Amino acid sequence: MRDNLDTVAETGFQFFGKMTASISHEIKNVLAIINENAGLLEDITLMADRGRPIEPERLKTLAQAVMKQISRADTIVKNMNRFAHSTDESIKSVDLNDTLELVVVLSNRLASMRGLELDPKLQKTPVKIRTSPFLLMNFIWLCLDFAMDAAGDRKIVELATQKTETGAQIRFRGLEGLEQLPLDTFPAERERNLLNILGAELVVDTKNDEFVVKLAADIDKD
Amino acid sequence: MKIRVLLVDDEEEFVRTLSERLTLRDYDITASLSGDDALQKIKQYNYDVVILDVAMPGIGGIDALREIKKMKPLTEVIMLTGHGTVETAIEGMKLGAFDFLMKPCNTEELDTKIKKARARKAEHEERIRAAKVSDIISSPRSVLEDD
Repeated sequence: MRDNLDTVAETGFQFFGKMTASISHEIKNVLAIINENAGLLEDITLMADRGRPIEPERLKTLAQAVMKQISRADTIVKNMNRFAHSTDESIKSVDLNDTLELVVVLSNRLASMRGLELDPKLQKTPVKIRTSPFLLMNFIWLCLDFAMDAAGDRKIVELATQKTETGAQIRFRGLEGLEQLPLDTFPAERERNLLNILGAELVVDTKNDEFVVKLAADIDKD
Repeated sequence: MKIRVLLVDDEEEFVRTLSERLTLRDYDITASLSGDDALQKIKQYNYDVVILDVAMPGIGGIDALREIKKMKPLTEVIMLTGHGTVETAIEGMKLGAFDFLMKPCNTEELDTKIKKARARKAEHEERIRAAKVSDIISSPRSVLEDD
């Protein structure tokens, strides 16, 4: 049991590290753009000192560009904050739509680096389950990581939430390359440990290019 | 003659603004938003210096660097990196990149590095020219035979 918990902790740290590294990279990109816009303003001012007139429209465009990047950074930081607070309570009631959407938002850059697109299809009504928010996010990421390998030439991973009689499920669809992957490596030990803790089940359906994660309505009543 | 620079980064706004700033500093700038597009441009045109982002979708900075050095060994490459990819930038130096810069970068520092990179390219070109001239002087017959 100790070994399993160590694996879960290690997997969690890796997940946390991966996500925060990606977030910090995005923030760096935003800062780089703001830096260049500020630098351009400085260049324009220096040229004005040498007698070249300043065009107000140009200044307006630069100010708007900076505001756009500040808004982008604000969204990134808000998501980072939501992610950080996923560890506040070890078990709580969550809307699976919100959880999945946050994992997708945090993973978009990583998907884009692999030339892939994530396409979440969320239910309009809340899909409530009682679970461990952080471990669930960690498990969704591991599934998403595998799904991205299985995306095939279509290069799109569809993710859909659904209510079920016993709780809820997430479907990872459109995985055209699923059949080509060696399925003996998924779920591996780290995924199996999380499946156990979350009271979840993983069903791989190569014929329909998808796999499904079935989650219990209440992690404690599984 | 203006220094010909290819700026490669997937952040469109970053590329646009830095291009404008470098143009004001009298560089001949071409912008590219992906490694694949940059390689196409490098195939068709001789740039003095390529400023290359390390982390890009599709072909990444390191793979692009390998291809650039294969296609145009004399073209100098300056890698751009966020702090998470310094190791990758160092790997790039081992693969022949001229230098690397951290984002957000200091434009004066970048300006200096571009000029130094151009100077190194000019030195290499001059050395190759001198070696060819020396070959011709030492054995003019071999040049005629080559023709």
